[in-house]
Amino acid sequence: MFGNAIILALREIRRNVLRSTLTILGIVIGVGAVITMVTIGEGATAQVQQDIQKLGSNLLQVFRGQGFGGGGGARSSAPPFSMEDVNAIKNEVAGVRAVAPTIGTGTQAIYGNSNWSTQVQGTDDQYISVRDWPLASGRNFSESELRAGAAVCILGATVQRELFGSEDPLGANVRLGKLSCQVIGTLTSKGQSGFGQDQDDLVVLPLRTVQRRIVGNADVNSIMVSARDGVSTEKVQADLESLLRERRKVRPGADPDFNVRDLKEISSAMTQTTRVLTSLLAAVAAVSLLVGGVGIMNIMLVSVTERTREIGTRLAVGAMARDVLLQFLIEAVTLAAFGGIIGIALGLSAGALATHAFHVPFVLNVGIVMLSFAFSAAVGIIFGYFPARRAAQLDPIEALRHE
Amino acid sequence: MTGMPSAPTPIIDLSQVTKIYGHGAGEVRALRGIDLRINAGEFIAVMGPSGSGKSTCMNVLGCLDTPTGGTYKFLGVPVGNMSPDQRALLRRNYLGFVFQGFNLLSRTTALENVELPLVYRHVPKEQRRALARKALQEVGLGGRETHVPSQLSGGQQQRVAIARAIVTQPQVLFADEPTGNLDTATSVEIMKLLTSLNEQRGITIAMVTHEPDIAGWTRRIVRFRDGYIESDQINEPVREL
Repeated sequence: MFGNAIILALREIRRNVLRSTLTILGIVIGVGAVITMVTIGEGATAQVQQDIQKLGSNLLQVFRGQGFGGGGGARSSAPPFSMEDVNAIKNEVAGVRAVAPTIGTGTQAIYGNSNWSTQVQGTDDQYISVRDWPLASGRNFSESELRAGAAVCILGATVQRELFGSEDPLGANVRLGKLSCQVIGTLTSKGQSGFGQDQDDLVVLPLRTVQRRIVGNADVNSIMVSARDGVSTEKVQADLESLLRERRKVRPGADPDFNVRDLKEISSAMTQTTRVLTSLLAAVAAVSLLVGGVGIMNIMLVSVTERTREIGTRLAVGAMARDVLLQFLIEAVTLAAFGGIIGIALGLSAGALATHAFHVPFVLNVGIVMLSFAFSAAVGIIFGYFPARRAAQLDPIEALRHE
Repeated sequence: MTGMPSAPTPIIDLSQVTKIYGHGAGEVRALRGIDLRINAGEFIAVMGPSGSGKSTCMNVLGCLDTPTGGTYKFLGVPVGNMSPDQRALLRRNYLGFVFQGFNLLSRTTALENVELPLVYRHVPKEQRRALARKALQEVGLGGRETHVPSQLSGGQQQRVAIARAIVTQPQVLFADEPTGNLDTATSVEIMKLLTSLNEQRGITIAMVTHEPDIAGWTRRIVRFRDGYIESDQINEPVREL
């Protein structure tokens, strides 16, 4: 009986390709939208995680001022760090792999006719190690260059591209504001950060060079600390906080005038955010799936009216009410499932295209694919039942007489 | 099959059958007490003006409708109180239908149309194909299996419908104005086909018509008027063979 109903339903679908196509369109779009949204969302989540990884492994950042954002007011009123703080961290906090002091400022980089507004980062030879950032060419700062505050610099990939194009920058002199300095190395490209910044848009100089010849003070704005592999960053963070409270004479119980950020925390917060956004988009897309179900019901109902005479003929040649019910139900479910499959294929293709366009990784979520398929089949049953019952309850004489 | 056999088993036995539509003042008495027996092998025409009750009678006979009163025995079994599903089974296993408007499934091949009752009978695919092919040959449409109704003439479509009705070897074939949509020449062809099915295959045929020429092909003519049987006569069928 089931086999027969399937034969009849498939014949019916094949018999009217246009109507079948229109019927499943809603489901195709609904499922496609859900899959696309989820694929993009998952890609974005994976991207955020990768970006955080790119910032450096086990990286802790110490900023002055309070709060997460480190807003201007609090930051400027809090006293800066000094090289003594940096050395104290190196010597007194356990589990530290590398420490790099940094001072940043915006400036204009000029080479020949090229002019590029960029960020100057004053730091030491530990910077590339702390940030897990290999050099593309050249060398790191030497001990003597750091000590003397020599006019040497390492270029980020964006600055290199903007100033030199395909020319080899090693050995050339770049002017940063009033300072002319020699390029000794270039960094590999890290791309955009999870916050949308171009991480490659910077010039790295020895800390002392920036302090003396660009900003004109001996301050350290922030300190980057990377923990050794296998050491808990929570422990290092706690040790850093207590050391700096002591050094900066923060009273017990008072809010510190600095903050230590663990990038993992930011990472999980951002991952959480993108997850929520993904669910939200998927929910919106799911509504269109529901609308697709109503579309199926609509067209099936029209089709029942249109096929009244045919149903009458079927009843006359011996179909029972449940044969007709089953046939219409199977038609609806087959159409919905078929729509689901097309929607999945379309959604995955659109997702692949979109993730490619947004430069995020393509992540296949098998769970959501199965779920949308099951959901579209369920939509077929639920929204197909009402028209099917209507068809099955037709009176054979009335149906045969129907024009 | 000539003359009246001594005690033929009636396939259809109506006694004092009534059919009333609606209630109270608006009620319509379509059948007002019909007595009718149809024996195996008969070819009978049901005639009468519109509103005479002939169509209602055919619907009752074809188990598409139930009588309001009286008894209807099909092969000796009362069918008056059967459920819709039981009546569907009766139609599936014992009855065949031919309609004025052919009622073929559009965009469906002749073969698939003829197969339809067999699908509901759960006949396996190979056997279904073979039986449908044979039925199409019997009505003279061998070679047209893959044609869809829109590619066939009216007469051909009616032949497909007749093939669909006889493919299940029914006890009775009900034909409701089978020539109503056809021209005279084609009508003659269809009547020849029905006559040969009746005479060669022994299929019992009950046909509604309002055309005396068409009724003339049968061997018994029942006339309805105002819900009664007005006359029931033996007819000497025309032979234009």
